[in-house]
Amino acid sequence: MDLNDLINQVSSWLKGTGPHSDIVISSRIRLARNLEKTPFPHWAKKNDAEQVLVSTKAAFERTAELKSAVFLHLEELDNIDKQFLVERHLMSNEHAVRSNQKALCVTSREDVAVMVNEEDHLRIQVMESGFDLDKTWDVINSIDDQLSGFLPYAFSREWGYLTACPTNTGTGMRGSVMLHLPALVMSRQINKVLEAIAKLSFTTRGLYGEGTQASGNFFQISNQVSLGLREEEILGNIKGVIGQIIEQEQKAREVLLAEHREMLEDRIWRSYGTLKNAHIISSSETVELLSMLRLGNDLGLIENMERGLINELFILTQPAHLQKLEGKKLSANERDVKRAQIIRERLKV
Amino acid sequence: MLCNICNKNQATVHLTEIVDNQMTELHLCDDCAKKKSIQMEQQFGLSDLLAGLVDYSKQLGGSEKMAAGTQCPFCGLTYEDFRKIGRLGCSECYTAFGRYLGPLLKRIHGASQHVGKTPLSLPQEGLKSSARSVRGSSVTELKTRLQEAVDHEEFEEAARLRDAIKEAEKKKKETKKENGSE
Repeated sequence: MDLNDLINQVSSWLKGTGPHSDIVISSRIRLARNLEKTPFPHWAKKNDAEQVLVSTKAAFERTAELKSAVFLHLEELDNIDKQFLVERHLMSNEHAVRSNQKALCVTSREDVAVMVNEEDHLRIQVMESGFDLDKTWDVINSIDDQLSGFLPYAFSREWGYLTACPTNTGTGMRGSVMLHLPALVMSRQINKVLEAIAKLSFTTRGLYGEGTQASGNFFQISNQVSLGLREEEILGNIKGVIGQIIEQEQKAREVLLAEHREMLEDRIWRSYGTLKNAHIISSSETVELLSMLRLGNDLGLIENMERGLINELFILTQPAHLQKLEGKKLSANERDVKRAQIIRERLKV
Repeated sequence: MLCNICNKNQATVHLTEIVDNQMTELHLCDDCAKKKSIQMEQQFGLSDLLAGLVDYSKQLGGSEKMAAGTQCPFCGLTYEDFRKIGRLGCSECYTAFGRYLGPLLKRIHGASQHVGKTPLSLPQEGLKSSARSVRGSSVTELKTRLQEAVDHEEFEEAARLRDAIKEAEKKKKETKKENGSE
């Protein structure tokens, strides 16, 4: 697999399939793992960090799920390629910015991605489409078990997996679910929901991960506590909370349809109209309008459209994707033109 | 829309800031947004938050001077370094700063005993290297920790330990019974 092949495919977690995929975009679990007696990446000397690249690469080659994955040395990639990987949710922005002795191992389905030498030696990530944390856990647990046979993990009986930042110590696990909650936003109930979530020590982020604000009605909810609970308990708590939110969103959608159908249809069809016809469009407007289009499709108001196509547009319309599609660097203004063109092409019936 | 800072380039990043309940919107171009984000990171990051917690734990764990001077014998990171950057230097730091990290982990997670999975193949060396990891879950050990927790007024932890002791004693009895009936 080559990095450039990725742009022509839809990541498996974006397919728009799986349980509750009308509301849940994707389920994601990441595990933070480190090698014992090896300085953590931020504190490591060049040689130590290079040794980590060598030993982890060898371990990946012996791991069933990662055998045929591509191992990318980030120093060898240009900025657009690195940004491209960030936009596809395969690695963090932090990993792209300071890329010395850093690597990314990613499968062709893009369901598994392992960052090497990010904050921790290993950040293993598995993503699935829809609301399916159990399946996600099965996959990542198996990968972790295999890797633990090849790599001497830093682990203590008392504190579990030892991580660079004490906020990840213990299971080293973060489970996240990406939700699309337009009806809760429109009916102004979302703040109540988010406040309640924060009280239960969950965090909320935006569509594009850490440090981003929620936009276009997308919310990524994850656990904060990683010590003192078993992995299954942590995931169980997330499932419980997300289940409630899904129910609330469903109710809010029903109310909108019953009481404000015309207003709703108007907003959805206007959004569709703009997306199909605009010749210049910003990224923030795109996210807002695509969110409405997705809602229209999920409610059955817009028919004959693949959910995966809408999901894909969220990813394709980001700066590095547009520049890779165009094959050259584009200014912000040029990107707005290119973005509108891509959307028009994809939405052509 | 033009960038609010330089008033020259097209704004591509839209930022909502809430300071003292006052919401302000900023529309920035790529360059100014980058500068702004570096500035914001410097103003307040996770390491600041952690440093706050670390300071608090130090009050619990011992004198400030003692804590700051402690150094990890393996990687050379001092506790003062950790306080500044909010990151530990290596797995051995957990042993070196053990007595300060315990209360800190408790503050962050509300617990200080791992109950999740264990690596399938644990290298023996790794186990011995961490003195803290030897702290087992024998009833005597649990009782000592319960006393510690009560002394520190860590009541949630105390309740957890109490349950763990009950569980361990029950298991002991069951094993005895099983052995006896054989």
